[in-house]
Amino acid sequence: MVTMTAALKNRVLEILSHVSDPEIPCVSVVDLGIVREVTDDAVVITPTYTGCPATLAIEADIRTALDRAGLSTMKIETTLSPPWSTDWISDAGHEKLRAYGIAPPSRSVAQCPRCGSSHTEELSRFGSTPCKSLHRCLDCREPFDRFKCH
Amino acid sequence: MRDSALFDYACRLGDDSLILGQRLSEWCGHAPMLEIDLSLANVGLDLIGQATHFLKLAGEAEGEGRDADALAFHRDVLDYKNCLLVEQPNGDFAQTIARQFLFSNYQELLFRELCASKNVTIAAIAAKAVKEVAYHVRLANEWMVRLGDGTAESRARMIAGLEWVWRFGEELFDVDAVTEALIASGVAVDVRQLKPEWDGRVAKVLAEASLEPPKPRRGAKGGREGHHSEHLGHLLSEMQFLQRAYPGAQW
Repeated sequence: MVTMTAALKNRVLEILSHVSDPEIPCVSVVDLGIVREVTDDAVVITPTYTGCPATLAIEADIRTALDRAGLSTMKIETTLSPPWSTDWISDAGHEKLRAYGIAPPSRSVAQCPRCGSSHTEELSRFGSTPCKSLHRCLDCREPFDRFKCH
Repeated sequence: MRDSALFDYACRLGDDSLILGQRLSEWCGHAPMLEIDLSLANVGLDLIGQATHFLKLAGEAEGEGRDADALAFHRDVLDYKNCLLVEQPNGDFAQTIARQFLFSNYQELLFRELCASKNVTIAAIAAKAVKEVAYHVRLANEWMVRLGDGTAESRARMIAGLEWVWRFGEELFDVDAVTEALIASGVAVDVRQLKPEWDGRVAKVLAEASLEPPKPRRGAKGGREGHHSEHLGHLLSEMQFLQRAYPGAQW
């Protein structure tokens, strides 16, 4: 087996940075922290939420991207530990979420991704996907999704 | 290299999650409000996710090549090891919430302890899932109070729902020879020791909901040995239909 060079690892990461999350296409699987590491012969991924129905689609999308790049011998391995949390989302990921209209996860009160106001209220702790809750801005009155801090 | 104790234990954990997840999915498109529909479907998804991990582990412990899907779709009633509580019918929304209230409070305590399991896979699944179960607990606790301390109608329904599920609470804290051995080796949790904390949590929420705990009665048990109520067979006939009609079908 050929040992993976740093250049090749970077190339794999570059390829993966173009694999979008199927539910939130503005962010990639790298932004979300789904990709844990690239080893000599595998991409190690971790599921976000235990029951996230996108998990299988994400794995299939990564497989396709690797195959297209001629990396069909690279395996995809899954690890559960340490458990994924929203702390694994990159700073770039936070910005992309905000620009897309989803408030990024934070320990403090949700900030409206449209007008930036912190004067907001939670409408439903369970939102349109397992990773989001539903909020409303009390200033601009727009409803918005928020990535659950987890 | 069959580890039959681990197989049994992982099946019990996985089956509890799978069957309750399947039950909750029955609400999808039928719940009283959109938010509740989303909530119950989300909780169901979390539970089915847990089941996938636990049943995968069970298949590995068994060592006969069965994966999570094979265990979920190709076992019959007698081979299911879930507790009786989770297979009980949804009834109305109040009964569904009462069932979730007893179960999620139990599961949160269980997973909290399982994070320290000597089996690293069980510990990893528990550490991942315990954060999600905290949401389930909040949802169920809040609805217990909202319905119990709500209108005359919601209160009457909650009293009836709680009465229905109450007899299935005891089984959650049973320990038999299978778990006894795994407790000794640090893999399983001694659930008996969690009972006082669970009792305290349940009592606190019931008090807040102005509900009396139902009268004690003989607990209904047997799920861990595969002795189920008639409801499980009906649930499986729906859940397993496709794989029974078209074995091995993929899409």
